[in-house]
Amino acid sequence: MIQITIDGKNINARKGDNLVDVALANGVYIPTLCYMKGEPCLGTCRVCSVKVGGTVAAACTVPVSHGMEVVVNEPEITDMRKALVESLFAEGNHNCPSCEKSGRCDLQAVGYEVEMMVSRFEYRFTPRVRDYGSEKILLERDRCIFCQRCVEFVRDEETGKKIFSISRRGANSRIEINEELANKMTEEQVARAVDLCPVGTIVEKKIGFNDPIGKRKFDIKSIRDRALEGAMK
Amino acid sequence: MKKINEILDRYHSDRTRLMDILWDVQHQWGYIPDKVLPAMADKLGTTEQDIRETYSFYHFFLGKPAAKHHIYLSDTVIAKMHGYQAVFDALEKETGCVFGAHEEVGPFCLETTSCIGLSDQEPAMLIGKEVFTRLTPEKIARIIHRLKNGETPAEIVNPNGLATDTLAYVHTMVESGIRSKGPLFFQGKTDFKSLLNRVICSPPDVVTKTVSESGLRGRGGAGFSTGLKWRLCSDNEEKTRFVICNADEGEPGTFKDRVLLMESPQEVIFGMITAGYAIGAQEGIIYLRSEYFYLKNYLEKQLAEFRAEGLLGKAIGGKPEFNFEIRIQMGAGAYICGDETALIESLEGNRGTPRVKPPYPVNMGYLGKPTSANNVETFVAVTHIIDKGASWFKAMGTAESAGTRLLSISGDCDAPGIYEIEWGITLNEVLKKAGAKDAWAVQVSGPSGECVSVEKDGDRKIALEDLSCNGSFMIFNRSRDLLGIVRQFTQFFVNESCGICVPCRSGNVDLFKKINRVIDGKACQKDLDEVVVWGKLVRKTSRCGLGGTSPKPILTTLENFPQLYQEKLVKQEGPLLPSFDLKESRRGYLEAISTLSDRSTS
Repeated sequence: MIQITIDGKNINARKGDNLVDVALANGVYIPTLCYMKGEPCLGTCRVCSVKVGGTVAAACTVPVSHGMEVVVNEPEITDMRKALVESLFAEGNHNCPSCEKSGRCDLQAVGYEVEMMVSRFEYRFTPRVRDYGSEKILLERDRCIFCQRCVEFVRDEETGKKIFSISRRGANSRIEINEELANKMTEEQVARAVDLCPVGTIVEKKIGFNDPIGKRKFDIKSIRDRALEGAMK
Repeated sequence: MKKINEILDRYHSDRTRLMDILWDVQHQWGYIPDKVLPAMADKLGTTEQDIRETYSFYHFFLGKPAAKHHIYLSDTVIAKMHGYQAVFDALEKETGCVFGAHEEVGPFCLETTSCIGLSDQEPAMLIGKEVFTRLTPEKIARIIHRLKNGETPAEIVNPNGLATDTLAYVHTMVESGIRSKGPLFFQGKTDFKSLLNRVICSPPDVVTKTVSESGLRGRGGAGFSTGLKWRLCSDNEEKTRFVICNADEGEPGTFKDRVLLMESPQEVIFGMITAGYAIGAQEGIIYLRSEYFYLKNYLEKQLAEFRAEGLLGKAIGGKPEFNFEIRIQMGAGAYICGDETALIESLEGNRGTPRVKPPYPVNMGYLGKPTSANNVETFVAVTHIIDKGASWFKAMGTAESAGTRLLSISGDCDAPGIYEIEWGITLNEVLKKAGAKDAWAVQVSGPSGECVSVEKDGDRKIALEDLSCNGSFMIFNRSRDLLGIVRQFTQFFVNESCGICVPCRSGNVDLFKKINRVIDGKACQKDLDEVVVWGKLVRKTSRCGLGGTSPKPILTTLENFPQLYQEKLVKQEGPLLPSFDLKESRRGYLEAISTLSDRSTS
């Protein structure tokens, strides 16, 4: 066991464990969009930025080590996390009220958690083409935040080939779907892909709005409470 | 389809050699045709999308049928100080094409590109592997005329048909531009055989110790101790290890690595061999930016000579356990590949996105094995440290920065080119050497570095502990539009962001908008206050050094030349920001209203 501090509180942890998990297990919620416990760290969204030894680092990329001093809740770093969420809202076209994932969307839920009201960045309204090509999945690129969970964690079961990929680079990057492989996905696999997409980019066709308002995932329990509860188990 | 199979066989259908395969495909067909993708995907055990994922990342890979002559004009700020616009116009006039328009496939296609490592000879352009420097409208007219008459770019730059693996061939296109040399670089012939004996007479850890004791710090910009990097790399149980020479010199304004590869390639190679011995690596790779394609055959020949002399290959120097080979890997136009982990991704045939660290390359680098990636100049320094000793090297420079280094000097000075300086020299002394009169601002280390004021910072020392320099040194006099330069540098980072992390992908676009707002005279103090906060956000939260430095052109000029910004500001009157265009914002609404009223009346 090693000792670290989070916001001045002493915490015992296992060396090398992920900082997001260690914090959660000790009651400190750090918002994440790309990180999934048990999966390799992607480090793309940076929404889990915290201060480690005075330097800003994405918590999901940090294996804890003895003596580490972590600051999660302090105005400057809290505002940075909020700014990153706002940045995502300005970059894509996030029309929450009409989105199938509303109430079940991690980005939306994290937006509430960081107390975002409106983006401080100029909304871009970049045209982004939808892809209806595959039989079971609608790819709604307006909402994509390029977390790359789908690219890394969804594979063809038979061959291990990637079903989702990226094209181009920088602000022009976009997610692509391999229709042939996507059509071979089982129902469970499609459900998992929809579920791991932290926004409403991967939508299962013919399902859409399947939970009424008031009964949606984050209506029932906030993303913070869900995360903390999951860690305590 | 025979051809594609030949290409794939050449690389044993190894998915990690995708960059080589793509280059061979492009050289075969002129672009990467869709028709070869199924065969490629099949043999490489992947999908067509996965292949597109890689090639669409790189500036020089073409996914659509290409013109016979694809011309890339370098659009650096330095070129723009030396008649770029006239050359740009001449190219459009002579070819009848428009820059950036790719609708029709004709004999010519025009595109701009970032710095191609020729800031001392701008304006410059690339056509295929050939490079044309010191362009003028007259020169353009002649070149295009000859191309239209069926001559090839190679025939134009190399009328005497010199072999492409000779220095004479390279010199027909590019000048070396060495202005001052010594005591370290460009010192003439080195006896590599006796030098090799000196290396292999010592155990590997002693070689590493010598490099550590010399105080050598990496010349790519970060300044990490070379000896320490080697030691960390050899402190691994994994015995397959790699040495990488980072020759992806992409920082605008730098060209020292190009000159080293031209004039001291054997010193570079020998430095790699030394590293290979010290860390116990079996393979070295030179990652060469594709803008330097004209150096490839020449470098291959140097490698062949080393092989012939027993300095590369099996049982080097008669030591049966010392086997070391070097190959060249071409990049394909991505500044980010200068980042060592992005470079490693590219080497493995992927998009050049920087990896999450840890693990660090010294533990898990190329193909997951311990890897030491060092800069071209670092390897040359190693060769001379082996030759003349650690204490000789350490005696030069400052406490933190030992030895000498090369500066690529360009811009407003009488003698742009390569200068060897001892660390610790002041900014003013460098300016004097280069014959810079009336210098106002200096961009030290390229856009990722600092834009300093000569008046204020002239006495600062060029050293890691004060004013660090990665080799790019651009001088601007008072006639230059510094804000315009800042805008261009910010645009550069927008173009070159790999896009994997949010702050860099999105934040640089916001900063670009802000600088435009200032230049357009629509910014108020609030905009500048936001620039500082947003710049900090991008710097602090980005995944790699690109986002870690991309706001610096704005932030350092804001700090060192505040009056430039203040002069452009307007006062905010009322609750709306001056940049807010009420009419433009209501345009959609007004259009909808007018459409609806048209419908109701008709």
